[in-house]
Formats: sequence, structure tokens, C-alpha cells
Amino acid sequence: MDKADQKRLLREMIFFRRFEERCFEAYMEHKIGGFLHLYAGQEAVATGVLEMARPGHDYVITGYRDHIHAIKAGAPAREVMAELYGKETGSSRGRGGSMHIFDPTVNFMGGYALVGQPFPLAAGLALACKHKKTDQIAICFLGDGANNQGTFHETMNMASVWKLPVLFVCENNQYAIGTRIDRSTAVLDQYKRVCGYNIPSSQHDGQDIEQVMEAAKKAVDHVRSGKGPYFIEYMTYRTRGHSMSDKTAVYRPKEEEAKWAERDPIRIYGAKLKKAGVVTDEDIKKLKKDVQDEIENDIIKFAEESPAPRVEDLNRYVLDDNPDPRWIGPLQNTY
Amino acid sequence: MAEITYWEAIRRAHDEELANDPNVIVMGEDVGLIGGTYKATSGLFQKYGEQRVIDTPISENSYTGIGIGASMAGMRPIIEIMSINFALLALDTLINAGAKIRYMSGGRATCPFVMRTPGGTAHQLAAQHSARLARVFMSTSGLRVVTPRGPLDACGMLKSAVRCNDPVIVIEHERMYNMKENIPDHEFFRPLEGAEIVRRGTDITLIGYNYSVYLCLEAAKRLEKDGISAEVIDLRALKPIDRETIRRSVEKTHRVLVAEEDEAAVGVGSEIISTVIEDCFFALDAQPVRIHAADVPVPYAENLEKAAIPNAEDVYKGALKVMGRI
Ligand SMILES: Cc1ncc(C[n+]2csc(CCOP(=O)(O)OP(=O)(O)O)c2C)c(N)n1
Ligand SMILES: [Mg+2]
Repeated sequence: MDKADQKRLLREMIFFRRFEERCFEAYMEHKIGGFLHLYAGQEAVATGVLEMARPGHDYVITGYRDHIHAIKAGAPAREVMAELYGKETGSSRGRGGSMHIFDPTVNFMGGYALVGQPFPLAAGLALACKHKKTDQIAICFLGDGANNQGTFHETMNMASVWKLPVLFVCENNQYAIGTRIDRSTAVLDQYKRVCGYNIPSSQHDGQDIEQVMEAAKKAVDHVRSGKGPYFIEYMTYRTRGHSMSDKTAVYRPKEEEAKWAERDPIRIYGAKLKKAGVVTDEDIKKLKKDVQDEIENDIIKFAEESPAPRVEDLNRYVLDDNPDPRWIGPLQNTY
Repeated sequence: MAEITYWEAIRRAHDEELANDPNVIVMGEDVGLIGGTYKATSGLFQKYGEQRVIDTPISENSYTGIGIGASMAGMRPIIEIMSINFALLALDTLINAGAKIRYMSGGRATCPFVMRTPGGTAHQLAAQHSARLARVFMSTSGLRVVTPRGPLDACGMLKSAVRCNDPVIVIEHERMYNMKENIPDHEFFRPLEGAEIVRRGTDITLIGYNYSVYLCLEAAKRLEKDGISAEVIDLRALKPIDRETIRRSVEKTHRVLVAEEDEAAVGVGSEIISTVIEDCFFALDAQPVRIHAADVPVPYAENLEKAAIPNAEDVYKGALKVMGRI
């Protein structure tokens, strides 16, 4: 990877961090409603994995912690923010909100609130890729907690039997809301759980984006070459609470949080690039400033100024709004 | 024209749609090699191959989810659930995802899939194989629900369901798979919306769907002997409901009865009667009547099962009650 790309990646992660922090602020100002799950601390995973895939070409799907996956997959950041603001210009036209970002124009097929539900949806996207004999793959990002759903087991089995081109990315941040993984899960290493389904898997550091990318490249190549699914686990940590309402102090030791703060992905990559002479402290400062300006002057401005959906459009999008009368009818009775 | 059975009609629809569009696939438990529990997909695995007629493991929620995911990427899956009881396992992917993806993506993602499942009581299958549950689907925004009563609709509506861009639930019935009807030899489609007046009458409107249409028709014959002219409406679609046809009929007959095989509470009958009250209350000359199952899990013993499920006699008596004759 050349220096320009390295610098771009660092900028992206700084951007993603600021984007999420800005969401936090907007939520506090009551500009954003509903549930809000922030991705701060885990940026290296989505950024690194999707850097090794082909965003816009490959299908990407995830849970409710979805803003950054959507943006890295190619959804315009201003539309994601406008969605959080509940605006007509939002990624989902204001109908979905934070947990349901969609942008099928770049094959980002959604954020879903039901823990574990994206597993089969991802396998279905992969089934379509296989059926149409394209070289696309489907990439499914989910948390450690999702692996305790039936859909995990059912889908791993089918993805394996049918050799579907799907990459499962487990973002193991060790908590499902306030329940630490060892209190809920019999096997702590998540990658071991797919052995029972004959799916190759591995576990990696999720904080060092270079390691994320190296492992992701192999996994993506495996899946794209037609060898069937792959399950990759990244060890990571979220900086903030699960959503906006939980107090991490109740369930996470201070020392643990401090230890992981040392392993902040932006910090790690920034230090590496400084050491390699790719960036200076000055550059990073400037990146942060640029990012802040962009988010304020473009993204937030767009979200603020966009119109809310029209109430007259409440009933749009429930079913096909322009159905073909050949299939729909209605049947005519003679009276 | 040729007389064929209900299952043959479903099989024909699958065959024609698989031939018409390479993105149509069929998935479900034992739909492939052995051709489906009710033969509705027989021979298609052999004809179209295992990539298009897919035998799934017993994982209803996730293979439904796989069908939904595939439909988001341009496929047209026909998902078979062996019995509507088992559809309960698929309610998460079906209702939380399939029914809502179009809406919560602001119309940007769509999932045009079909789910077919038999949903009625058969013969002594007992409580866990006799659920009806149509009301679960008809009360979910984002779905279409149809109930073909015979081979013509079974073939023509399934074909329309595959072509249309919405998720469609097709509820069949175990006791109808061997029923026969003449259907055209040439390709035809039947619309997914609109109730059908299957018998004309002037004194009372009997409304049914799926198997209960036959109970209404039989009751109508008996009523005729009593000098009562009954109109019979097959709802055909439970979502959306054709309020217009119901209203026009009730405005003519001034009396209405709804027959269903399900329990009464929060059911099809309650919904239809609510629409009648809202749309044409002042046209009514008598209190409406609901004919429905007993409020019990369906029992095994033959006599108990019979007692739990409404029959034509129940509809007939219910109609006499509406007419003020008993
Ligand atoms: C089916 C379902 N059950 C429960 C919840 C409530 N819930 C939301 S997120 C969550 C924890 C999920 O943890 P994990 O999969 O590890 O993802 P993370 O939030 O750590 O990224 C729970 C229990 C839900 N949304 N869906
Ligand atoms: Mg977690």
C-alpha cells in the first residue's frame, strides 16, 4: 500500500471517529432520536475489511451499529447523517433511522435491529451472487452476541453445505450490551464455533488496521475464489456504551477500559505512520481539523437543511407503489 | 381446458415460472428430490436442477431469511413451508425483515419473494399440525396474503405472486390439494387483489376464504331449499381486503355471515364484520354472525376434531339465525 493510501486510510478512520462523536452531540441536542449505537473504537475492522473487498460491487450487510459500514461501503456520509436526522434526503428517506441505513446503489443492503437476523440475509445475497455467477461476495458484519442466535447456527450450516460466497466478520467487542461474553457464551473464541459447520475461520487483532487488512485479504480471496464461506473474528472494543443509555461503569472495569484505550485503532495507526515517516503530528492535526470542517460545513449542514419527509407520503413504500395491474388486479366482478 | 387437481395447478405454476425467468428458484424442505410433501413441486428438481429447486435443511427462519436476502439481490424465490405451524419459526425473518425492508429502506430495497404454505386442518393431525394463523399475516403491513380456493386461482395467483414486486404469502389447505377444476391450457394469470362473487343471491351474503368457501356454497344450496337466496363471496385475498365487493353485496342482501376455520378472536371474521360496520352499517337488517372454530387447540380424536371445526351445517344454521328463522 503506497503512502497516499495509508494517509487516506488514517484520514478515513479519523473521519469515522468524528462522525460518530458528532452523532453523539446531535443526539444530546435532540436532533437525533431513537436508539443510537456508536462505532467508536472499532473503526479498524470495517475500514480494514472493506478496504480489502470491493465496496459498491460486493454486498455488505450488518446490524444496528451500521453508520460506518454504510459509509465505507460507499453510502454518502451526508445522506447517512440526514437519515439520523429523519430527513427525506436520508439514506432510507427518513423511514429507517440509525439502525436501518440502506444504500442499494452501492450494494449496502441494510442495517437490521434484530440481533442475528443479517446472517441468513447475507447468505441469501451470496446465494444470488452464486446463482448469477458474478464474482461478487456478500460480507456480513455482526457482534459476538449475535452468535448465540439460532440464525447463526442455521446459516453457518446452509452457507457451508451450499458453498456460498459469504464472508462472516465477527466483531468481538466482548460484550452484548452489559453482558460480558464469558457470562453468556460457552466458547469464548468465536472463530472456533464454526468448526462444527466445516467453515474455515481465524481470529485476529481488530485494532491494528494493518493486521485487519492482511487477514481480511486472505479471507476475501478465499471467498471470492469460490471455496465457500469464511468466518473471521476480530478482537475489538467499543469506546462508548452499547447505546446512549447504558453506563459502562456498571459492567466494565475501569482498568479494562484503560487498557483498550491504549489500543485505540487511530492511535495505533497514527503512531505507525509517524514512525514510517508517512505523516507528522502536524499532518494529523490538520487531518482532524479538515475532517471537523467537512462534517460541520457539509454533512451537518446538509442534514440540518434537508426537508423532513412529507406526512402525505406516510403510506408510500409499504408495497410497490406502482404495481402492475396484470398481477394485482383487482379482480372485476360483474354486478 | 383440462381438469386438474389443486396440487397439479401449483406444480404447473412453478414449472411455468421457473421456465419463464432464470431468477426464479424454489426452496423448502423436501421440495426437490421427492417433489414436496403434497407433490406441488414434483419433477421440477429433475427438470431444473438442484440449484433452482433447493432442498433445505429444517431451518425455517434462516432459509426464509436466505430467500429474502436473495430476493433483495434480484432473485424471485418461492419458499415453501411444509405446514403453517412451522411458519411460526420463520416469523422473525418474514415479519421483522421481509415485510419491512421496502419501507424501512425508503423504497430503495425490495424483496419480491413468495411464501407458500398449507394452513388448515386436515384429518386428525392434532394441535401442532392444525394451525390456521391467517390472521397473523393479514395483520402485518408490507405483506400480501392470498388464499386460492381452487386450481384456477392456485395456478394463476401463484404466477402473479411470483411476478409482482411485493412479498406474497399464499395460504393453501391440506384438504384442497386433491380438489379438481377445469383450467385453461394456455398461460393465464389471476389477480392478487379482489374478492370474487362465486354464487349470486339476494337475501344474505355468506363470506368465506380458502376451504370455508365450500362450506358457504354447500350451505347456500340448503338455504335455497328453504327459499333463501344466498350470495357467496370468496375473499381470495386477506390482505388487502376487497371492501368494495363486500359492501356492494351487503347493500344488496342486507345480511351477512362470515365463515372461517380459525378461532374467532382477532380473526378474519372480526375484521370483515368491522369493515361491514364501518362501510355499510345502515344497510344491515340483522346482526352479523361469525362461524368459526371452537376456542381450543385442535384435538386428535375424530369426534372431537369434528366438533371443533365448523362445517356446512354450522354455516347453514348460522345463516338461518341471521335470517331470523331460528
Ligand atoms: C433479537 C434481539 N434480541 C435482543 C435485542 C436487544 N439487543 C440489541 S443489541 C444487543 C447486544 C448485541 O451484542 P453483540 O452482538 O455483541 O453486538 P454489539 O452491540 O456488541 O456490537 C441486544 C441484546 C435485539 N435487538 N434483537
Ligand atoms: Mg458485542
